[in-house]
Amino acid sequence: MPYIPNTDADRAAMLAAIGVERIEDLFHDVPEEVRFPMLELPDPLSELEIQQELLMLSEVSIDLNHTACFLGAGAYRHFIPSVVDQLISRGEFYTAYTPYQPEISQGTLQAIFEYQSMICALTGMEAANASHYDGATAVAEAVITAFNVGRRKRKKAILSPMLHPQYRAVARTYTQGMGLTLIGDDDLSNGVDALAALCDGDTACVIVQNPDFLGQLYSPAEMQTLADAVHGCGALLVVAADPISLGLFAPPGDYGADIVVGEGQPLGNPISFGGPYLGFFACRKRYVRSVAGRIVGETVDTQGRRGFVLALSTREQHIRREKASSNICTNQALCALAAGVYLAAMGKRGLRQVAELCYHKAHYAAAEIAKLPGYEIMGDRPFFKEFVVRCPQPVDKMLRYLLDDWAILGGYELGRDYPELDDGLLVCVTEMNSREKIDELVEALAELGGPRQGGEVS
Amino acid sequence: MTEPLLYEISSPGRRGCRLPQPDVQREELPAGFLRDDLPLPEVSEMDLVRHYVHLSQLNHAVDTGFYPLGSCTMKYNPRVNEAISHLPGFTQLHPLQPPDTVQGALVLLYELQEFLGEISGFPGISLQPAAGAHGEMTGVLIMRKALYDRGETQRNVILVPDSAHGTNPATTTMSGLKVVQIASDAAGNVDLDALRVHLSDQVVGLMLTNPNTLGLFDEQVLEVTRLVHEAGGLVYGDGANLNAMLGICKPADLGFDVMHFNLHKTFGTPHGGGGPGAGPVGVTAELATFLPGPIVVEQEDEESPFLTWHVPEKSIGPVKSFYGNFGVLVRAYTYIRMLGAEGLRRVAENAVLNANYLLSRIRGVYPLPYDRTCMHEFVVEGRIEGAPDVRALDISKRLMDYGFHPPTNYFPLIVPEALMIEPTETESKETLDAFAEALLKIAEEAREDPELLHNAPHTTPLGRLDEVRASHPKTMRLCYTQEC
Ligand SMILES: Cc1ncc(COP(=O)(O)O)c(C=O)c1O
Repeated sequence: MPYIPNTDADRAAMLAAIGVERIEDLFHDVPEEVRFPMLELPDPLSELEIQQELLMLSEVSIDLNHTACFLGAGAYRHFIPSVVDQLISRGEFYTAYTPYQPEISQGTLQAIFEYQSMICALTGMEAANASHYDGATAVAEAVITAFNVGRRKRKKAILSPMLHPQYRAVARTYTQGMGLTLIGDDDLSNGVDALAALCDGDTACVIVQNPDFLGQLYSPAEMQTLADAVHGCGALLVVAADPISLGLFAPPGDYGADIVVGEGQPLGNPISFGGPYLGFFACRKRYVRSVAGRIVGETVDTQGRRGFVLALSTREQHIRREKASSNICTNQALCALAAGVYLAAMGKRGLRQVAELCYHKAHYAAAEIAKLPGYEIMGDRPFFKEFVVRCPQPVDKMLRYLLDDWAILGGYELGRDYPELDDGLLVCVTEMNSREKIDELVEALAELGGPRQGGEVS
Repeated sequence: MTEPLLYEISSPGRRGCRLPQPDVQREELPAGFLRDDLPLPEVSEMDLVRHYVHLSQLNHAVDTGFYPLGSCTMKYNPRVNEAISHLPGFTQLHPLQPPDTVQGALVLLYELQEFLGEISGFPGISLQPAAGAHGEMTGVLIMRKALYDRGETQRNVILVPDSAHGTNPATTTMSGLKVVQIASDAAGNVDLDALRVHLSDQVVGLMLTNPNTLGLFDEQVLEVTRLVHEAGGLVYGDGANLNAMLGICKPADLGFDVMHFNLHKTFGTPHGGGGPGAGPVGVTAELATFLPGPIVVEQEDEESPFLTWHVPEKSIGPVKSFYGNFGVLVRAYTYIRMLGAEGLRRVAENAVLNANYLLSRIRGVYPLPYDRTCMHEFVVEGRIEGAPDVRALDISKRLMDYGFHPPTNYFPLIVPEALMIEPTETESKETLDAFAEALLKIAEEAREDPELLHNAPHTTPLGRLDEVRASHPKTMRLCYTQEC
């Protein structure tokens, strides 16, 4: 059997030592009527066979190496330097588990401490945890953190309608039993001023995304105004951010955020059909005792040498059980390691350069598309790497045409989440999109362009 | 041995990666929106590689040695799973691509749903949860919603045995329900009298781990699940210990209504230093409508088979973005295909054989609170006769000097000085013997030279670490860059 080293001789010796005759005898506690069911599963394969079969299966799909991708909407294609996968593929990292025994886990612990440090640097916060399952669950946990900071008395969380629809949905799933109400996101016209106006003494937190789901940026000045209003009500400001954007734009810590969360996938993790990703979570130090999940802290060993351990574990489920700040146990450690290696490889200047590449290319694409008759770029806010194109044709049909005739994933159909924006196409441009491919997209859109004229998609 | 921090080897101007110049015209950056400084380290690529290689060398891992961490199933992680999961046809798919462009991935997910259904006996499977605890929350929210859907909104209690993992009570609270703890009986089973006392029309259900965290199969499990159902409640199965049950019995046949799988335990996907894992949830046909989605379904009215997404009608809502930890799901799928039905049963058999064998080697030296045939793991007390001030922690630390990862310590809570030992099926008899010898030797050392244990470990990169200091407000330091 693969992966089972016991030989028949071993088994015989072991059974004798145990004092039973057959392995089956070890299962006498299992009710006889349900014992040893037949499982109907495909026959086992050798490694040779499975490699061949699954290579073929993987090639059934159209992957992003074979199509131009302008699709983002929460999952992004960014450049990943080779060192990332090489280093996280070391067995000493990926076949270890949660570093409960610090003397033999300093590698993982220090790597998390460094990841936390870099997330703090990026967000302008004072503390960060070791990761959540993804950006959406980090948002949900931020709501719960704010709820706990407000001693569970403040029963409202205000969400921006431009917070990623999945983040909002997951926050609702998480909090459905907690007696919290999540409001504010039912009206697309709720900008930061309107959200500030909704805030009152019953509000635990206000959550906005910057850049928002539509790619738009909010200035530090207007964010600070929001923060002041939120703090005036005694609530917390939670900001969800694209970590790549923070290579260039002001960190939320500069404009009054109390908690900064986001999808960490763009930091060195492949797009991988939606997972595994990581949610990053950072906050002001004064809230750290209400935070969920693992946190690594610095300390010393018996000889005074610096080392790292899991800190503040009295918040966690294995100590506090039903009083824990969250039930999270296993997180996305290896994805956080990838994010750490990525940030270190990019460094101070590299991350800014990635962000600038996204910015310039996205603006080039937007400018070119804006020149086409029938198309319009929505809004006049600055944007980062995503922007909304209002289209002259039904968006779903356009996307189908782009894919079938041009091998282009043209973007995300906003009508799926925002009926008011049913002519909206959310286009994402990163450093991975060459000018040539952007021009192709523009050319393809031109063919479809004009208000209901020429190139009508069938 | 310590490794400097990235920030300490940083030097202005160094780069670990070079990027191209923009191939488009530069657009003016919006003044007033930009950050001043970005305090990330600056290191060369080689320094970066050495740094992380050095760090990796400070870890104990399954790849470096025996890792009998109870409840965690630290089995070998087959390399073919890694290779397959790295295929560009899996890693380079955008989750929002139209279904017709990702049929390869959907076939894999669909079949994995089917396989997990067959192994567990549950017809409804959602692959979305990212870990065991995430699956627990999913399952408990499903139970709550299902009962509320029947109009039984007075139900607000989850019964949790005193041997349960901490995530079970924590999950209950997160789901807005109250925990009532149920005692275990003298044989390590759920105490039926205690259960009866607490069953009422207030109860949403029971969260049960079987085999339980003592490594024991509950001898009255059918009666337990029957009693809960009789009271109108539902039974949640914590599937952390499924490794002992593969092809041995289907949890659904024991009367469970919901269960999470721990793919990073049972199905050989790597633990990643603390994740990512995957915690799919299986449910009875009745509960399938509450599952989080989307899940993969076969589209009817198509000529050729076509797979697509479907969100169940009364879903509790999504528990994370997209469809789950896909890369982990690919590994688990590969594992199941490599082993087949017979292989999976051999996994359970050998896991249980190895545990019972190891137990037989140390029985009598380490007190065994529940002396029964164990399943894939067992719990002894880390107390040694003639060495009154030696604790489980000392034994654990001393094991490191012998090159072993310690067992799980101080869990389950109902065993004093618990040492929870799970060898897994991928370890050889020689390794088990060497580990048993070390435990026996340590028992001798404990009597002869307890200080040797109190000061252990002696051979690791660092000695015992001051955990109080790390959490004390005056000394706490949680990151390098800020005053924190
Ligand atoms: C019995 C038991 N239940 C639940 C969990 C939680 O699983 P996870 O860490 O994957 O969230 C664990 C994990 O260690 C466990 O041992």
